[in-house]
Amino acid sequence: MLLAGMAVPISAAEDANGRSWAATCTGCHGPNGHSEGGMPNLAGLQKAYIVNAMREFKAGTRQATVMHQHAKGYTDEQVERIAEFFAAQKLD
Amino acid sequence: MTFSRRKFIKGLSASVAMVSGIGCATATTSKTAGRVVVVGGGFAGATAAKYIRMWGPDIQVTLVERDEEFVSCPLSNRVLAGVVQLKELTRGYGKLQAKHGIKVEHDEAVAIDTEKQEVKLASGSTLKYDRLIVAPGVDLLPGEVPGLPAQSDRILHAWKAGPQTVALRKQLQSMPDGGVYALTIPKAPYRCPPGPYERACQVAWYFKNHKPGSKVLILDANEDVVSKKGLFTKAWAERYPGIVEYRPNSELMEVDAATLTAKLSFEDVKADVLNVVPPQRAGKIALDAGLINANNRWCGVDFLTYESLAVKNVHVLGDAIMAAPQMPKSGHMANQHAKVCAAAVVALLHGDQVITQPLVTNTCYSFVSDKEVIHVASVHAYNPEKKTMEIVPGASGVSAAASELEGQYAEAWGRNIWADMLA
Repeated sequence: MLLAGMAVPISAAEDANGRSWAATCTGCHGPNGHSEGGMPNLAGLQKAYIVNAMREFKAGTRQATVMHQHAKGYTDEQVERIAEFFAAQKLD
Repeated sequence: MTFSRRKFIKGLSASVAMVSGIGCATATTSKTAGRVVVVGGGFAGATAAKYIRMWGPDIQVTLVERDEEFVSCPLSNRVLAGVVQLKELTRGYGKLQAKHGIKVEHDEAVAIDTEKQEVKLASGSTLKYDRLIVAPGVDLLPGEVPGLPAQSDRILHAWKAGPQTVALRKQLQSMPDGGVYALTIPKAPYRCPPGPYERACQVAWYFKNHKPGSKVLILDANEDVVSKKGLFTKAWAERYPGIVEYRPNSELMEVDAATLTAKLSFEDVKADVLNVVPPQRAGKIALDAGLINANNRWCGVDFLTYESLAVKNVHVLGDAIMAAPQMPKSGHMANQHAKVCAAAVVALLHGDQVITQPLVTNTCYSFVSDKEVIHVASVHAYNPEKKTMEIVPGASGVSAAASELEGQYAEAWGRNIWADMLA
């Protein structure tokens, strides 16, 4: 098939979802993941790093104060989209 | 290719403009996807204004806010302990205008005409809207407590960060050692569920270090501690024994202002500093606009859009809404409502689908001493059958114990959320 192996473009609706879910993080982690200090910066992190960290928070294998509680609120799909959003943010 | 309704509508309006348009007003309005007016520049309103501009740069946004500067209610209990100054919790609105192109009107919205879709300001001018966002916070209702003066320099609420916060700090400083500070808490829901208990800790910390013979008396109308019960109870017992006394089921029935006496159902309590947190309701502008439809106090909303269930094209955010169960009236929650609403308003004005799986989170930090903090956190997802928000199973909890590390996070939370809404 022609489509096999091609990158699947994210539709506008999916993009809006990812952006919206990522915005649930920025109250603590700063605008678009650019931290004002004192909280981990998320902007520009690799997608795999964020996905892995969230998996570990969820499993309780990563040190946390609040993130082990927050991480359980997101599905794998939501974490993927959020991670893509922050990975795409440019560092200042 | 997917069918884009947004492009279709844009194309349509452009052709309408061409057909109808020689020298008519459409030329000036065709560049904008719509006009949004936001009433109230707190955690909810400022965030909504900023995110609408971020996600919909073709939308005109006007923010109406009375005050020249934003003062954060969260973290302001620390002013009472004397460890933080109010100016450290104060931020300007300048970047909303300079960086995000929001028109900030330091004015007061005095009336909303939901038929004509316009907002009247105290200055006399009128703002027309396609979508209105009302984020007025709470009004305190001293009139519901007999004897409680509407305005008083002696009996303060300090439940809106500002001059009253500073004045309450001065009362505590002037109080002689051995005195009684009494704090009354109204029945839930009220703004900031853990706030009164944190306040008790902050005043107790100050007394312990400066006036150790003094007492903090918590007179709670609720039958038990409303938020972080185990952690607050532990803090009072272990850190402030002999200072903090907690009395549940102690609804304030009447106040004798002359003698600073709180009259409860079965006893009278005389205080040296009487701090009354009055019952609350969505801000008056919401009442006047017909947005209050729950318990005569709060505004029911659609949790996909935060559009009012009572009035079309008007959205309500923050403490003013009738929240779903377990969604506290907190600054963090208000910031989260605002982003769901912003995404929906942008989608609606662009003719796109609104998001059907919104998430909102909450993290409320409370200082139990000058440096140590406890939190409560939760993540809430939309339940389409019940049309409400529910905590995702497992995604909530409190601190294992108070810590200085969380104290640092609490301060960082402030810096980051203020930037999220204003920078």
